[in-house]
Amino acid sequence: MKFTRTSQQQDMATALRDLLGSVDVPAIARSWAAGETGDWWKVWHDLVDMGLTGVAVPEQAGGLGLGPVELAICLEQLGYSGLPGPIVESLAVLPHLLPDTSESEGRPWLEQVAAGQSLATVAIAEHVPYALDADQADVVLLCESDRVTAVEDPRLLRQESFDPARRLFTVETTGATVRFQNDAASVREAFDRGALGCAAQLLGIGRRLLDLATRHVSERHQFGRPIGEFQAVKHHLANALLELEFARPLVHGACLSATSGASCSGRDASAAKIVAGDAAYAAARTALQVHGAIGYTTEHDLHLWLTKATALRSAWGTPTWHRRRVADALALDPSVPVGGPETM
Amino acid sequence: MELSFSPADLEFRAEVREWLRTHVPTTPLPSLETEEGFAAHRRWERTLYETGLSVVAWPEEFGGRDASLVQWLLFEEEYYAAGAPGRVGQNGIFLLAPTLFEHGTAEQRHRFLPRMADGTDVWAQAWSEPEAGSDLAGIRSRAHRVDGGWRLSGQKTWSSRAAFADRAFGLFRTDPEAERHRGLTYFLFPLDAEGVTVRPIGRLDGKPAFAEIFLDEVFVPDADVLGEVGNGWRVAMSTASSERGLSLRSPGRFLAAARRLVESWRPRPESTARDGVVDAWIGAQAYRLATFETVSRILDGDSVGPEASLNKVYWSQLDIALHETALELLGPSAELTPNAPEAPEAGAWLDGYLFSLAGPIYAGTNEIQRNVIAERVLGLPRGSR
Repeated sequence: MKFTRTSQQQDMATALRDLLGSVDVPAIARSWAAGETGDWWKVWHDLVDMGLTGVAVPEQAGGLGLGPVELAICLEQLGYSGLPGPIVESLAVLPHLLPDTSESEGRPWLEQVAAGQSLATVAIAEHVPYALDADQADVVLLCESDRVTAVEDPRLLRQESFDPARRLFTVETTGATVRFQNDAASVREAFDRGALGCAAQLLGIGRRLLDLATRHVSERHQFGRPIGEFQAVKHHLANALLELEFARPLVHGACLSATSGASCSGRDASAAKIVAGDAAYAAARTALQVHGAIGYTTEHDLHLWLTKATALRSAWGTPTWHRRRVADALALDPSVPVGGPETM
Repeated sequence: MELSFSPADLEFRAEVREWLRTHVPTTPLPSLETEEGFAAHRRWERTLYETGLSVVAWPEEFGGRDASLVQWLLFEEEYYAAGAPGRVGQNGIFLLAPTLFEHGTAEQRHRFLPRMADGTDVWAQAWSEPEAGSDLAGIRSRAHRVDGGWRLSGQKTWSSRAAFADRAFGLFRTDPEAERHRGLTYFLFPLDAEGVTVRPIGRLDGKPAFAEIFLDEVFVPDADVLGEVGNGWRVAMSTASSERGLSLRSPGRFLAAARRLVESWRPRPESTARDGVVDAWIGAQAYRLATFETVSRILDGDSVGPEASLNKVYWSQLDIALHETALELLGPSAELTPNAPEAPEAGAWLDGYLFSLAGPIYAGTNEIQRNVIAERVLGLPRGSR
């Protein structure tokens, strides 16, 4: 048993954190929101060079062939950095939407996305109605039950998000389209990986919000002392940390059941999404409260993570929907723990 | 990153499961907080001991099985899943014993541990005093030097199990000049010694779950001082961290309670309590996984520091939320105590709820834990309170 990162996994997280720490991500997020995408693409190409876009793509399609654990570790770092873009969509969802068999029509897209030659995004009926950053993508994959439609150059209608760096679009299939028949199970699995990927991203977002709050309350003085000396403030921050610290093991547990392909992997992704979403949201509320009025502005960087945490809480399935799914799974069989039967 | 168990771990678990399946009493023992129930629980400890399951993590020479940390967690999961009786020896086994292993002399270990393991001696903790609760360093009870030992005087309170227990452990001021954390010494003393008076206190349901202990010049020999004289605070804190960390409330009991909650809910899946059931089940799973994460770090050579405070706040909140949900499921029968003829599941949920209410208070209140988390994990300035 080793339910912590291996040294290779830790190295991966550190390398990504160093790369993202060397660029001004808040500035990139602001320009991305305003439609100036040049700086984002520069970082993206650096990430492509690291192999990030192929983390979960099988080696025969040009990827690194790593699993959900490594993916979650990367997405947590990306969430921490605040980098916008169709990250969960490209890294976590796409490899499960496009079969990697050599005769598959989707295979070329998979290879191009893994190699960073194409950027892809997705919309999935019911829970992911808007395609994130579709105007920057080379292909939008529209999914409905077992039908996957690849649309190039679609007509797009912008839908503004609470998080201005989440550039959402309604997609109309007027452009060139290719239809794939995928099995409904794969499309469901792709959605589950999106929910789990989103949970991992939320862990990073929540931690960043807590770090921003911790720094602010250590520097901001009122009544002649740092406000972080007041117990009311301390307890808010302690509660935020508590939620995040118990969300992370659940995300990792859900990664293990995804890795083994356990039948509870959907349930576990739901559990991870609920708890990581709640934890990041609680961190956002706490960070806003302890920042005071400055946190309620676009001048301060806090809003970059605050609005993202809020938006992502209801993206990839709302907490209510995910709770129902966990309930339905428990009604059938409550015996298997999060992580799958191999972790019993 | 992976989570699986070795063949030896699985074999151990299978053996524990099988033994529990055939030995756990089919009708619950009377309440631990009654004289009759206390005696019945003591006999159960003896039964556990005879089969080598009362203190699995201890070395064999003291009645244990040298079980690893992982095996201990698996034991706990099995124990609570089987619905086995509460552990009357809990405070001795999980609070005092780790301190004896770390700070005790070989003579003390041999004298105290086997009798603790088989239930002959049930230990009570004697930490709090009327003027020293969360502020434990405000201890006033004192010990003065006499020939061959010490004489203890003062008053301890909220001493769990003391109404029926045999011995107690606690801190006394041995240097009257020293203040706060200094000049304290860790003593072990019998509750039937001359000069000791125990006054049981009725907890919320009236049962004598804890007691006041009055000490009037109680003689304790040098051999029953644990650790160095004057070093009691540091010795006690090693106990406090094991209390908050892994050992006091292992995931097993919450996993079992959450499982029982799911089973109570399954016949009425559309109950408004559904989300509470889901959250309680997920919460117990999160605690299990977080514990395996901690154990993995310990096996890598790290130690558990102030982050133990996160655990204590987490399980105590989870326990209350879980039981509140159970009571909601019971509807108007929720308030029926174990004495009511129509109490659902013999009032077990209400009893569990009652017990859970104390969680945020004992072992260092959750407010104190949040201070520790903020200051020692997040690094916020200590400042004045």
